[in-house]
Amino acid sequence: MKPNLLPQTPSQTVGPFFAFALAARQYGYDFPQIAGSAIATPDAPGEHIRVTGRVIDGEGVPIPDSLIEVWQADASGRYPGADAFDADGAFLGFGRYGTGTGPETRFTFDTVKPGGHDGEAPHLNLIVTMRGLLLHAFTRLYFSDEAAANERCAVLALVPQERRRTLVATREETPAGPLYRFDIHMQGPDETVFFDV
Amino acid sequence: MTFRPRDWAGSPTYLDAGYGSTKLRGPQQPLVSLRQGAGEVSGPAFGHRFVTAANADLTRNGRANGEPLGERIVVTGRVLDEYGRPLRNTLVEIWQANAAGRYVHKSDQHNAPLDPNFLGAGHCATDADGRYRFLTIKPGAYSWRNHHNAWRPNHIHFSLFGAGFVSRLVTQMYFPGDPLLAYDPIYESVPAHARERMISRFDLDVTEPEFALGFAFDIVLRGRDETPFEAPR
Repeated sequence: MKPNLLPQTPSQTVGPFFAFALAARQYGYDFPQIAGSAIATPDAPGEHIRVTGRVIDGEGVPIPDSLIEVWQADASGRYPGADAFDADGAFLGFGRYGTGTGPETRFTFDTVKPGGHDGEAPHLNLIVTMRGLLLHAFTRLYFSDEAAANERCAVLALVPQERRRTLVATREETPAGPLYRFDIHMQGPDETVFFDV
Repeated sequence: MTFRPRDWAGSPTYLDAGYGSTKLRGPQQPLVSLRQGAGEVSGPAFGHRFVTAANADLTRNGRANGEPLGERIVVTGRVLDEYGRPLRNTLVEIWQANAAGRYVHKSDQHNAPLDPNFLGAGHCATDADGRYRFLTIKPGAYSWRNHHNAWRPNHIHFSLFGAGFVSRLVTQMYFPGDPLLAYDPIYESVPAHARERMISRFDLDVTEPEFALGFAFDIVLRGRDETPFEAPR
């Protein structure tokens, strides 16, 4: 490290009791919540989808106290600028949801399917954090109906072939619209690929 | 632009023998290194419409019928990147236990009283110098079940994004001279040379006469290099 740089502040776990501050509305606390499960409003252009899944520990048990954050491009492949939240835009690009309130400890996001960009297949960028993680983990969610784009994706190409499936959400057609299922495995034979970014 | 790499030498590891909850939750496979692209170097610029001055004062934002109990403190500092540049208008979220060591969170079963006048959640946006400032109550220590007679040192949780998704930081701020630090596996999960970066400094200049003790805590996020990661626009 260059000697003239300031040293980075180290990470610590989010702990078990973050929800009343970071996801207050979702958990029923009287405090503002900056973002929730709605990443895009119904007015946003693009294909509207729902993404749902669980976070699973090394013994196969769903984790009820994790926090998932999503950052994604819009349907045209562009990330929102600095004014997206304040401008009341239809597309926020960011979502945050804890696994402590939904049925079967699921996280759920309502959004639009992102466009690809820079040689990368359409994907959501995810941050996973929880009690027991001293440093949050970065992963990505790709789409099962984008097989050709996934095959060409510069980032998926970095992932060992046999582990790429851990990054691909499975599409289902439902009466309410397309649903993608995506479980995040922290450990074990199906351990999700996490990135050093 | 791309962000400088994480300081892995000064970071905790996913699997930590002292902190029991990492055992079934910390990833075991090596991380896959990723060249930063548009999704990594950009990030959410949060709704500052949600961020009101009232929520920087935790001695007031949870009041029901009086003042919260405990020792009033000012916690302030600057959010900087590694090059010392201030991060302006960036969101800082905090949460903490009350003076008795109890969180408002429904899952906290620690046998200590709730304070009907204290929530323990706050946020603010940094100013033009990257400075944030909270008025709050000094959090109490509390026991947890990690090992026999385990107690967490006094701490305030911090959550920040900075300028991009990859500069995300979730951390805890500790207090100088806390005897519990030497026994805390979460604090000690950080390599010894880097632990002091998480300890605030008592500051008489921040202290307000006849009102509140002052603690200074600067936060340093990964720096952004000026070299473009793709062809200039």
